[in-house]
Formats: sequence, C-alpha cells, structure tokens
Amino acid sequence: MEFGLTQDQTMMQESVGRTLERVSPLDAVRKGASAFDALLELGVPGILIPEREGGLGLTLLDAALVAEQLGRHVARAPFLASAVMAPLALAGTPYPKKLAAGEIKAGVAVSEHAAGARDGAGITAKNGRLSGTSLFALDADTADVFVVADKFGDLHLVERRDAAVVPLATIDATRSVARIDLDNAPAEKLGGSAERMIDAGRIVLAADTLGAGTRMLEKAVAYAKERKQFGRVIASFQAVKHMCAEMAAELEPCRALVWYAAYGFDALPGESRRLAAHAKAHTSEIGPFVARTATEVHGGMGFTDLVGLHYWFKRIGFNRQTLGGPERARDDAARAQGWVGN
Amino acid sequence: MDLSYGPEYEAFRDEVRAFAKEYGGRAPKSYFSEEMRSWQRLLIGRGYAARTIPKQYGGYGAAPDILKSRIIAEEFIAAGLPMGMANQGISMLVPTLLELGTEEQKQKWIAPTLRGEVIWCQGYSEPGAGSDLAALATRATEDGDDFVINGQKIWTSTAAQADMIFCLVRTEADKPKHEGISYLIFSMKTPGIEVRPLVTMTGRAEFNEVFFTDVRVPKKDIVGQRGQGWLVANATLKHERGMLGDPNQAGTRFKALVDMMREETVDGRRLMDNPVWRDRLLKLQARVMAMEYHGLRLLTASLKGEDPGIARLIVKLQGCEINHQLAGFANDMLGELGILYGDSPHLRAHGEWQQRFMFDLGLIIGGGTAQIQKNIISERGLGMPREPKAAS
Repeated sequence: MEFGLTQDQTMMQESVGRTLERVSPLDAVRKGASAFDALLELGVPGILIPEREGGLGLTLLDAALVAEQLGRHVARAPFLASAVMAPLALAGTPYPKKLAAGEIKAGVAVSEHAAGARDGAGITAKNGRLSGTSLFALDADTADVFVVADKFGDLHLVERRDAAVVPLATIDATRSVARIDLDNAPAEKLGGSAERMIDAGRIVLAADTLGAGTRMLEKAVAYAKERKQFGRVIASFQAVKHMCAEMAAELEPCRALVWYAAYGFDALPGESRRLAAHAKAHTSEIGPFVARTATEVHGGMGFTDLVGLHYWFKRIGFNRQTLGGPERARDDAARAQGWVGN
Repeated sequence: MDLSYGPEYEAFRDEVRAFAKEYGGRAPKSYFSEEMRSWQRLLIGRGYAARTIPKQYGGYGAAPDILKSRIIAEEFIAAGLPMGMANQGISMLVPTLLELGTEEQKQKWIAPTLRGEVIWCQGYSEPGAGSDLAALATRATEDGDDFVINGQKIWTSTAAQADMIFCLVRTEADKPKHEGISYLIFSMKTPGIEVRPLVTMTGRAEFNEVFFTDVRVPKKDIVGQRGQGWLVANATLKHERGMLGDPNQAGTRFKALVDMMREETVDGRRLMDNPVWRDRLLKLQARVMAMEYHGLRLLTASLKGEDPGIARLIVKLQGCEINHQLAGFANDMLGELGILYGDSPHLRAHGEWQQRFMFDLGLIIGGGTAQIQKNIISERGLGMPREPKAAS
C-alpha cells in the first residue's frame, strides 16, 4: 500500500517546477512568453507518448504533476490539448512521433461533448469531410492539426489549413482557445474516444487548478506575514489566519482526489469517468473559493494588475468552465454511476 | 501508487472475514452489558481489540501494524459488527499509563480497563477552561498523604456509568498555568463527588457535570510527576496516529444517503430523479471521496514514519464538517418528515439524522473547536504568528 508519488515522480515534478521558475516568471507571463521550448527539453510534449515513438511513456498521474506546476506558474504552453488529450486519439498514426519531437503541436475541439453545444455549434461528418462549428478548441493558436469530435463523438483529424480558426479572447491570457469553422474540410478518421480524452483533460485541468490554488494560498500567507496594519502583521489576526486555514483545509483533500483520479485513469478505467468528473467539479468549486479568499487577504493590492494575482484568479476561472463546469461534470459523474434515468 | 495490500495482508483479511462469519452471531446489542464484555474478551483473544497492548497487561501483544488495524476495521464494518470497546479509558488512559504510569498502576488498571470491567471518564474541561484548557481551576491541596480536591468538571461523558476518572487538577496555584497541573486517577465512588447529567440540544444527556467537594485522593494515585499533568495529558496525543487506520465513517453515511435518494419519493417521484437533489448529493460525494483518499495519503505517511504535516492538521476540521453536512442533507431530503423527532409516526431511521445533525455540531465544537483547529492549521501548518496575548 502506497498512496503517494514515487521518487521519480517527485524529481520530475521538481525539475519541471525549476524550469518554469526560470522561463515563466510573472514578467515573462505578462509578455506572453511561451514555456514550450524549455518543456520540450524535458520531454514534456511527449509525456504520454510511448518511448518507441520518442515520448516519455509516462502515465496520466505524471501529466497531472506537470499540470500542477503549469498552474502554479500560470505558464503558457500547449499542454492540455497537445500533450495530453490529442495523443490519446492519435495512437497508431504518425503524429505522436512528431508531437513528441516538438515538430508539430495539436489542438482539440471537443467542447460540445464536454460542456455541451452552445450557439448552434456542432460538427457533421460526411464522406471523410467535416462541416460545422466547434467552439472552444483548446491550444488553438499553436495547433498545426486539430482533433475534432463530430456530433456522434467520433474523432477526426483536420489540418489547420483546412479550418477557419477564429481566436476567442478569454479572461485567461495564458491560454489559447478558438472557434473552428469547417466547410466540407478533408478529415482523417481517428480511433479513440472523445469521452476518454475529455476525462484526461478534466483531470489535468483539476491538477492545474490545484497548482494555481496552492500558489495563491502561499502568496496570501507570505503577504499576510509582511503587511502591517494596526501596528502588527495582519498574519497575526485570527480573521486573516482563519481565511488561510480554510483555504488549506479545502485544498489539501483536493490533492488526494486529483492524484487518485489521475491514477485511476490508467489503473481503474471502469471508474475513471466518475473520478475525472469529480476531480474536475470539486477543484472547480474549491479553486474559485481559494482564488477569491487569497485575493481578499491581499486587500486592495490583490485587486491590482501590479501584484498580478489576477493571472492565477483567471486561470482558475478558465479551468472551472473548460471541458464542462462543475454542474455538468457532476451530472456526468451521476450518469457514470447509473443514477440518472433508471 | 500501489493501492493493493499484498498477499500477506489479503490472507489476514481472509482470516478476519472468517472470524466475522463464524462469530458474528455473538455480537452484542448494547454497549454497557455483559454481552459486550464477553465480545471484547473474544476480540482481545483474537487480536482484533487491544491488539498492540503487551500481553503482560492483558492485551494481544502484536507489533503495531496500521494496515492490519485498518483491515480489521474494514471487515468489521463490512460485516456490520461492532468493533472492540472504544472508550476514553481504552483510547486515552491506557496509552498514558503504558508510557508514564508506574508498574503498579499498569498492573492494576490496564487489563480490567481493556476487558471493559473498569469504565473511565475524563475530567479535563471546566466551565472556565474550554479552549483554554490549561486555565483549569479545580484545586487539589495537600493534606497528609492525600490531595483534597474542590472544583467542577464539565462535558464529562459516561460519568454516570464510570467506575474511575482520570482528572487534571491544579496542585501548584502559584506556578504558571501549564506548570501547576497534575494528573490524578481516582474512583468515582469517592465521597464528595456529585454527577449531574447535562442535557444537550439533542434532548439527551450525552454529557455530565461533575462536582468535587473535599474529595480525598491518595497522593500515590498521580500519573507522572506533580506539576507535570499538562505533559502527561498531551503525551496521549501522539497516539492519535493509531486512529488513522479507521476507514472513513463518512463513506458509510454517504451510502445510506444514496439509498435514501433512491427510496424516498416526493409527489411520487424519486429524489434521485430530481436533478436539484442529485447535484447536492454529488457535491457531497466529491467531498467524501476527497477525504477518503486523503486518509490513504495519511496512512501512507504513517507507514513510512513520515509526518504528513498540514495534511494531518485539517482532518478534525474537515471530517466533522462533512459528517454534519451529510446529516443536514439527509434532513433536507426528508423535508417536513425531516423535522419529525421522538417516536412520531412517519419518522425515518428512528430520527437518527436529526439526532446526528445536532450531535455532530457538538463534535465540531468539542475536542478542539473548529476555530481552535484553524488556529492550529494556520500556526503549525502555515507558520503564521500567534495572536498577541491580551494585556491582563
């Protein structure tokens, strides 16, 4: 019995953390710097891709540990779609090798199956060609190819040049999403399931929120220990201490939930839909609570662009809705347990 | 990650399971009964109770093994069998005596306490010493070979049934508050002790007040040194770790809620088919799961002899809160039926959910209030400074 990380996993996570500290300080994030090249040196784009195809051949738990660091450093890099979700659908094609080598990057357009279709979105497949619109395609700006789900959840590969990619500005400047308009676009049918890809994406988003939330708590505690009012540091006021204690008390169990869901993705496939949905939904509840509370501990400064806490606040806000908000994810968890309609 | 227990432990699980099957029929129905004591003796003999207490003091004498303790708990719960006796004598006094008692005290008290023949109560809290326990004021003054005790304790569970009390008293009134306390053990039949039941919001007297008027206790019935009572009382805190082997109680409670969601109907429609109720159920499920896996994380740390730090400090706060929320949700599911109490018609589960909802609030307050827990988390876990002392 060992519910924890191996030494290799801890070392890998620390090494990603050190790299991001170097290439993704807040000043660089503000300027839109990408951490991709530095992550490529560590093999991160091929984290889930088998070693024989040039990847690291690691598990989703390892990917979640990387995501935790990305959230911690509000790092910009194609990871969620390009390194986690797309490779699951691309097994057996020549693409994983290219992804692992950093020669290409992938985007994923499955929002309609994860969060539900809005504004009439939906993709129809006919004779090897796709038509329609998909909203919220992930890792869109850097994508050379897109994995696209049609209305039935079947997956297809579309080259970027065959799609009209309309960038969508969001609250989170560190992520890139786009609307994809397809008009009889040539597409290659893929194996793999949209659900499985969405589960992986949800776990990775949960881990990202865990990392971002943990960093916000640390920042709040550090700030409270420095900031003086009424002649003493505000960290000595119980009102402030209790806000920090509540954040810690809510975040710590999230860590175990994310680890378990990530482990379950590979080890307990029958349970992974429920686990992924719960990890996503629960961190989506706790993350914004931490984001708000940590901002309040910073007082007025937390609200400013100068301190930049809002990068984490918005990252967590993005994670909450992407691939299905908490209500949607909980409904998926209920369905996975046979609690809906029988 | 390796969540399997391994063949040695699975063999042990089979053994516990076989025991549960063979002896389950002998399980007692009530706690303070000869049936319970006989069950307890059976469990000690098999190593399913008092497992790590040395044989010479009436225990089973096994080496500590958190996984085996956990398996015992898992299998007993799965079979619906009561665990061995858990009371303050067994969980608090016995470890204290083992660590700090004299040989005579160990010989005299541990075995009968384990067998349930001697029931203890804990005399710690006072009306003026709750969260600030070290401010306790019950005085013990010297008179020849005795201490003479005057004062009052409160929140004393099982005081009415108890044969004995382990009690914190102030022996050195002139010393700083933590240094003037002693830990005494004496009979509840000693003249001058009066027990008054303390009725709580549940309508039951789960606790008592205990009054001491010139109660004479031989000086030799002290555990540890005079003036060291605070350290003696805190020595048991490190035994808390053993309790981490217990499986998640919230998980059992959650299963009952799922059954209720399937069985209870409103306007002929099952609650489970109503998305509003279902969403609330799922919200709680995530919390229950997170705490269950959090428990696995703590268990792993214990097995490795590591201090899990802040992860351990949040357990009381979060665990009590979830149990309270689960009971509150059950009441909400029942709606107007949820306010029924006593022996009303239409009552569900003997009114247990309301009773738990109220009692759990007591647990949020007792054993270190939620606010004290938050102080501990922020100070020991996050390194935030203590509130400056008020000028007095």
